[in-house]
Amino acid sequence: MSEPVVEAVDVAKWLGKGAAQVQALKGVNLALRGGELTLLMGPSGSGKTTLLSILGCMLAPTRGTVRLCGCSTEGAGPEALARLRREHVGFVFQTYHLFPTLTATDNVRLALDVRGENSARAVAKANDALAMVGLAHKRDAFPLELSGGEQQRVAIARAIVGQPSTVLADEPTASLDGENGNAIMTLLAEIAKDSARGVLVVAHDTRILRFADRVVHIEDGCIVGERRGDAALEKDKSDCAVPS
Amino acid sequence: MSLIYRLASRNLLHDRLRFVATVVGIVFSILLVTVQLGLYLGFGRIVTTMIDHASADLWIMPPGTKCFEDPSTLDERTRFQALSINGVAQAAPVVIGYAEWRIPAGGTFPVFIVGSDLREGGLLPWNLVEGSLEALVIPGAVAVDRSYFDRLGVDGIGANAEIRGQKVEVRAVTNGIRSFTTTPYVFTTLDRARAFTGTAANKATYFLVRVTPGADVESVRRRLKANLSDVDVLTAAEFRDRSRSFWLFGTGAGFALFAGALLGMIVGTVIVAQTLYSSTKDHINEFATLRAIGSSGIYIHKVIICQALISAIIGFCLAAAMGLLAVAATANTALPIVMTPTLTLVLFFLTLAMCVVSAIAAILQVTRIDPVMVFTR
Repeated sequence: MSEPVVEAVDVAKWLGKGAAQVQALKGVNLALRGGELTLLMGPSGSGKTTLLSILGCMLAPTRGTVRLCGCSTEGAGPEALARLRREHVGFVFQTYHLFPTLTATDNVRLALDVRGENSARAVAKANDALAMVGLAHKRDAFPLELSGGEQQRVAIARAIVGQPSTVLADEPTASLDGENGNAIMTLLAEIAKDSARGVLVVAHDTRILRFADRVVHIEDGCIVGERRGDAALEKDKSDCAVPS
Repeated sequence: MSLIYRLASRNLLHDRLRFVATVVGIVFSILLVTVQLGLYLGFGRIVTTMIDHASADLWIMPPGTKCFEDPSTLDERTRFQALSINGVAQAAPVVIGYAEWRIPAGGTFPVFIVGSDLREGGLLPWNLVEGSLEALVIPGAVAVDRSYFDRLGVDGIGANAEIRGQKVEVRAVTNGIRSFTTTPYVFTTLDRARAFTGTAANKATYFLVRVTPGADVESVRRRLKANLSDVDVLTAAEFRDRSRSFWLFGTGAGFALFAGALLGMIVGTVIVAQTLYSSTKDHINEFATLRAIGSSGIYIHKVIICQALISAIIGFCLAAAMGLLAVAATANTALPIVMTPTLTLVLFFLTLAMCVVSAIAAILQVTRIDPVMVFTR
């Protein structure tokens, strides 16, 4: 089995202060491997987003360890965490978070610009990423000129343009209709086929179960169940099928 | 090109009204600073006009003389003592003082008399546009500047008036010799100046020393100081500095001008800081997204500083254009606003500094951004 691209070991997190303090995560262990799309499911307030934030180096755990591509985030300050994010993590958000004043190309290029990558090369890579998500013809469009599905594709292009080892998606289909939701999940599943890249999708929508290689259930800050996803089962079936 | 400039410019132009308000704030703030500092320079120049136009290597004056307009007097003996000192080629007496100009049509007006010996020079009128210096030997002849014709109730060569009960006639007209006070300069001969100001015949206000060719001015000054008692001996540059210092700082005028300039800077800084802060607040989601996708704090600070610099450059260009109009409009007034290349450069860097300082509040705000907020908005 390949090394995890990101791994949480006994991660606990308390949020808030004083009487309002709550324990959002209670000793979570989770490893995300390359070539795998993991679906993280659970009810509201179960700690999904907190776990996603910790795996994505946005939040530091109160206890436990997170290792990203083998590097521990322990003791890392905000700038060190930012460096880990820009080098190893791509994010896809529920509400896209595109820059309304930038074109699709520039929105994607931004992920490379923050790394200080050469402009011409960054533009070429951004256009390649847009072509990969099927939006080569929309590269000069501004977010408001794009549909919700197209905006999410631009966000996915931004997440993958820097070749991160981990793509973390927070309810990427929640703002989309079924058809667009399926298209986005198909794209993420495609991205997860790269054995060097793991994809974690936080979702409520059970219709996307079929895209998952693994499904992890979280409740009340604890992982309560884990099973192989429909996509993995399909793969298993096709691997076992006797050729006619 | 990095996206920093594009992000900054589009953030600014996203809310055009606020951008216009920012630029207007910068323009008026910098214009105020330009006018104040321009007036400071103009004032500094105009208070030394007479010293600048005198043909003197050294000025001998009564001790403690604060400025050119200080009408204390020296004895003629001092002049002869000075002339006996090695290295002194000439010690031209100059008499100055206030007098009352009686207008032929009635009424009086204060004037400032400047009298020199026409043969020895010293401090003679310049920029003559009518009449001649030689004409000043004619009894009662004076030279006045044409910008004061209305006040003096004259209309050119041949016009008559009265000073201290003596008839005077305009025989030479100058252009651009203006006083920073409302008192016009009236040039005449040494003796007539004494008569107009009530100065004794053996007295003079200054002795303007020309050193012999090849003599060292500083050595001559040392000798003059050693041999003359109860006088100050200053080079033209020193007298200029002393006069400027008296008028600008002794009277508080310079402080007032600087205080105005400082106020302009403070107002500009507050306006730019306020608009940058609110702009940053409006784009806080975008800055949080930048942080979430891994941008460094410095990258975000650069975006904000770039916004400040764009505002500064546009604001400065407009302010400089308006400043040049103000310079042109005041060029022929008693107190012109002066704009020099150095002042322009200083103002440009002041504008940049003001806008960058203004960005601090916005930078502090984004420094506190928690990237996790992208999941909740």
